[in-house]
Amino acid sequence: MNIALYVVTGILLLLSFWKDKKKTIKALKKAWKSFENILPQLLGILVLVGLLLAVFNADVISSIIGTESGWFGVFISAVVGSITLIPGFVAFPTAALLLENGAGYMQIGAFVSSLMMVGVITFPVEIKYFGKRLTMIRNVFAFFFSLFVAFVIGKVVGGV
Amino acid sequence: MKIVKKYRFFLFLVLVFLILFFINKDFGINALKITGHSLKEMALVIPPIFILLGLLDVWVPRETMVKYMGEKSGVIGILLALILGSAAAGPLYGAFPVAAVFMKKGVKFSNVLIFIGAWSTTKIPMFLFELTSLGSAFALTRLFVDIPGIIIIAFILTKITPKASVEKIYKQAEKM
Repeated sequence: MNIALYVVTGILLLLSFWKDKKKTIKALKKAWKSFENILPQLLGILVLVGLLLAVFNADVISSIIGTESGWFGVFISAVVGSITLIPGFVAFPTAALLLENGAGYMQIGAFVSSLMMVGVITFPVEIKYFGKRLTMIRNVFAFFFSLFVAFVIGKVVGGV
Repeated sequence: MKIVKKYRFFLFLVLVFLILFFINKDFGINALKITGHSLKEMALVIPPIFILLGLLDVWVPRETMVKYMGEKSGVIGILLALILGSAAAGPLYGAFPVAAVFMKKGVKFSNVLIFIGAWSTTKIPMFLFELTSLGSAFALTRLFVDIPGIIIIAFILTKITPKASVEKIYKQAEKM
């Protein structure tokens, strides 16, 4: 997927450069400015993620969120998903591993959903663009929505 | 001094890291590895996203964006927001700068929020990955619940955000 992204970007960039050199340079300048704008928060977030994931590794998580853990486990999974930020290519295999180690479908549903939709760690970046109020509300909504997603997944996949 | 202030959050965490190393070396090394992993991901995915948003900003005229995703874009705007968000790659933090460019170009607020929602959770590459690791029942159920969920949440958020705050957010986007 990354390759596709690079190919598309490369072709568009070349096309742009061929059509209008000045405009392309302006575009690159804008790209750099946008990047530099979020870089400080981004770096902080990455370090924070490293610290958090060192604490919440797969063993710790699966010991909290077994099938027997019920709604309490779902809630804990959603909280863990909300505060961690794991790239998808790590998250899904981890989730599969957690299932094998005895975590329930409902709990994994809550974990995966909140992982993707709720971003406590990325708050500083989101606030920069959307302000405190909207960031808070959006994340609270996404959190409760994740619990709902967990409920449906538990019903459909887990047969709870 | 300006740089120190800008990076204070990061510098503070680096300090925490150093203290951690003194307390528990294994734990510190583990955390360092994970950070390195995320850094690599950022270095890979971030450049094309930002170049694309730069090109979008320079080449696509405001009128076009307003026509397809602005106030009167209706269902097409919603679909486009969903598709663009789902076609994205990279973590959620990459979506915010793109959203800022959308706002600059006059994209309707609810469509910006739908785009953010889609980027966060219905990304196609991630979906394929989810399908293979957690099974089709899991991935499809989540997708079918998520799509209406994203749209409903976007509409509720739009409804409950005062007009003045929306204007403030759009003004802020101009500076990004």
